[in-house]
Amino acid sequence: MGRMKFLCDAERCIECNGCVTACKNEHEVPWGVNRRRVVTMNDGVPGERSISVACMHCSDAPCMAVCPTDCFYKTEDGVVLHDKDKCIGCGYCFFACPFGAPQFPNGQAAFGARGKMDKCTFCAGGPEETGSQAEYDKYGSNRLAQGKLPLCAEMCSTKALLAGDANVVADIFRERVLRRGTGAEVWGWDAAYGGGEQKRERKREGQS
Amino acid sequence: MSRHPLKRLPVLVLAGVLSAGLSACGEVPQVTVYEQGQYRGKTDTRPWEDSEFKGDRAAWEKALKQRARNQSEYNRIQ
Repeated sequence: MGRMKFLCDAERCIECNGCVTACKNEHEVPWGVNRRRVVTMNDGVPGERSISVACMHCSDAPCMAVCPTDCFYKTEDGVVLHDKDKCIGCGYCFFACPFGAPQFPNGQAAFGARGKMDKCTFCAGGPEETGSQAEYDKYGSNRLAQGKLPLCAEMCSTKALLAGDANVVADIFRERVLRRGTGAEVWGWDAAYGGGEQKRERKREGQS
Repeated sequence: MSRHPLKRLPVLVLAGVLSAGLSACGEVPQVTVYEQGQYRGKTDTRPWEDSEFKGDRAAWEKALKQRARNQSEYNRIQ
């Protein structure tokens, strides 16, 4: 097994926020904490793009590098996790992360209550007994141990968000791009669901 | 008997040069040496341990790969 990765297909994402909702519901994430969120560029303008962003489980994670208490670790599958018992809520990881993945529970202070940092776990739980209540309370559910993928990706209605082994995800995306074709004006339904090769196939078969 | 002040000039210059030259000897290296941190939290079990896969890594990987492949609708309609 290689590395677990997320990939969001900006051509397909329709900004439905289903991934965000699924994540919050699955892990019972508290108010003010969004492990995943959807970012839209040029909102309302033709050609707008949305991508779903969470922890990217970096190969050389800056959060791991800056943590003063060394509470981060990486699993054999490339998932970046942290021990909340060691976290002091300093926020260094938040400043270091280019994706804004580390989240801090809301509190009375401006920058949260300096509580324990919370972030996407790739639905892999944390350093507590697998499937235990302690693990669920601190890190959320451990779907990976059940042989399942992160719920955000599995729930994605347009399959814009892909998760899993990097090689498998790359293969899926490669096939998708080849089928739908490329070009400067690739946008819309055909671009997302196959206007290129599929349309030509239909024309050849005389269906359209 | 008074000495000419200009006669002390070379001595003063020499003292100045010496003190300036030796000042570098007091420099402390200020380059930070970064050390790779070690994880100091609790150890975690691997996903195929302690769960329904009971240590069978191959079965876990197979299940996950199958699940990942199912994300491609092209696979599902073929």
